[in-house]
Amino acid sequence: MQIAARHLDKTTIFDISGDIDLATSPQLRKALLRELRELKMPRVVLNLGAVRYIDSSGVASLVEGLKASRDVGSRFILYGLNKTIREVLQLSKLLKIFEIYDNEEQSVAT
Amino acid sequence: MSRSSLLLRMELRSDPEMLCVVRNALGQLAATLGFSEPECRAVVLAVDEALTNIIRHAYLGDPEQPIEASFRRIHVPRDGGGNDALEIVLEDRGTAVNPKKMCGRALEDVRPGGLGLHFIRECMDTVEFSRSNGRNQLRLVKILHVQAPQKGS
Repeated sequence: MQIAARHLDKTTIFDISGDIDLATSPQLRKALLRELRELKMPRVVLNLGAVRYIDSSGVASLVEGLKASRDVGSRFILYGLNKTIREVLQLSKLLKIFEIYDNEEQSVAT
Repeated sequence: MSRSSLLLRMELRSDPEMLCVVRNALGQLAATLGFSEPECRAVVLAVDEALTNIIRHAYLGDPEQPIEASFRRIHVPRDGGGNDALEIVLEDRGTAVNPKKMCGRALEDVRPGGLGLHFIRECMDTVEFSRSNGRNQLRLVKILHVQAPQKGS
């Protein structure tokens, strides 16, 4: 997995690629919690368009990010979900708790 | 089950870095057997989650412990016929699995963790835990609902 961060006004966009699993999810979790808890960015957006695979540890990292965003009053947004990620989030019955858009324009516009 | 044939056997270390290796091999194996793309993804997810549980809970994160995985084509008899299926057996020598902790958790409780077993149960047709001779064994079966490709066709 690779994570690259872009900063746009009061928004951080993480471009994530590869597999999010037990080996890589700690890196994602750390990046999300730093941005939300330490830097208190008002909006954190995850571009998941290049993610090939996510497992329960990856979903757990997303849930932690969501919870941290709620704690500090930030928005936590996902976009670019492919079939694989959508299936896993549906399986976890957590799809509806996330704010999800189709693309970056929508994610930073609202 | 009237017949069974070994397709693949893997011996791996309990290192999270090995998970992608297993996923790639298993995805190809499942596709070769004739599983649909969603079924292949389901089998891969279930086995990945099972290995993750072994690494985290049976071996407490120690990346140097042994895990054995075997993959067999089996026939599951049913009234007037039956189905071919993929049987996956994972074995470890870690901490004994507590059956009481093997029931997953309520998904309404939105919190990280505890999803892996739910994924395994949702993705597979059979999920069986056992322990003997100091080894945990997890048996997973996924029924093949279409005719498997014939050899040489």
